[in-house]
Amino acid sequence: MTGTLSIVGFGLSTIGPGIATGLIFAAYINGVARQPEARGILQPLAFLGFALAEALALFGLVLAFVL
Amino acid sequence: MLVLSAEEGGFNPPGAKDFQFPPIFGESLYFTKPVFLCIFSVIVISTFFIASSRKAAVVPNRFQFAGEAVYGFVRNSIGKDVIGHDFLKYVPFLFSLFTFILVNNIFGIIPFIQFPTMSRIGFPIAITIFVFVVFHYVGMRHQGVGKYLKEIAFMPDIPKPVYLILTPIEILTYFVTRPLTLSLRLFANMFAGHLLLLVFTIGGEHLLHGDLILKIFSPFSFAFAIGLTFFELGIQCLQAYIFTLLTALYIAGALADGH
Repeated sequence: MTGTLSIVGFGLSTIGPGIATGLIFAAYINGVARQPEARGILQPLAFLGFALAEALALFGLVLAFVL
Repeated sequence: MLVLSAEEGGFNPPGAKDFQFPPIFGESLYFTKPVFLCIFSVIVISTFFIASSRKAAVVPNRFQFAGEAVYGFVRNSIGKDVIGHDFLKYVPFLFSLFTFILVNNIFGIIPFIQFPTMSRIGFPIAITIFVFVVFHYVGMRHQGVGKYLKEIAFMPDIPKPVYLILTPIEILTYFVTRPLTLSLRLFANMFAGHLLLLVFTIGGEHLLHGDLILKIFSPFSFAFAIGLTFFELGIQCLQAYIFTLLTALYIAGALADGH
């Protein structure tokens, strides 16, 4: 079996953003469940937070290919 | 993209090499598949929106309704909600950004095209340079060059010692992190998505050439590839939305004076 360790490192590095994305959407769902009218305000915020957290995982992916 | 077959038994995993295309005309490296897709997308977008708005009526037909739905989405939920007051000036920019990225992304799952243009890093970088110039220009014109740069470096109403840490972070955020993340996010999402689809289609084909037990599992791989194609559609729309949303947020941040 051959391959590089950087792929394993990438796998490990996705744990953090995975948890972060879960927390962000949990908070978003909570907020909308408590106050459905706030959906319009919360949605861009949730996707923004999701994008920022996910960017870290994607840096890991890019680095796994570069290194 | 099922051109790669397993060579001499060994499984040939997809990688960065699958994103490089031979030149179409002779030796010129400027004319490859992604470049043509990019030009093609512009033709598609302009044809669609010109056709949908030509016979605009008070009671819209289905075609006009589709065009107006996209425009209304960008205008209201990205432009109006994020930029707020005086947002109409930036709607054309946001709208062309959104449709351009959306169509180029969706090329990734359209049969026979099947390559998202944005999975070549050059395209996201070009768009990001454009966005970078626009939001700094908007900020400088709105607040004046000196005041704009000063507010980036020294956020007002903050205790003096904090500047020691905050100033480098803020400068780094505005001039390095923002453009870097904006382009890399789009690129990496499209790259990873296309790679994922390649893994399952090429893997399915490889299994088909194997033993009987492997052959049984091959349809599952193809079924998964089809399922992931729909997942990709969601990601592609989401990335176009996020790119435009972040651009709008940066413009809104540049417009907000005095925090």
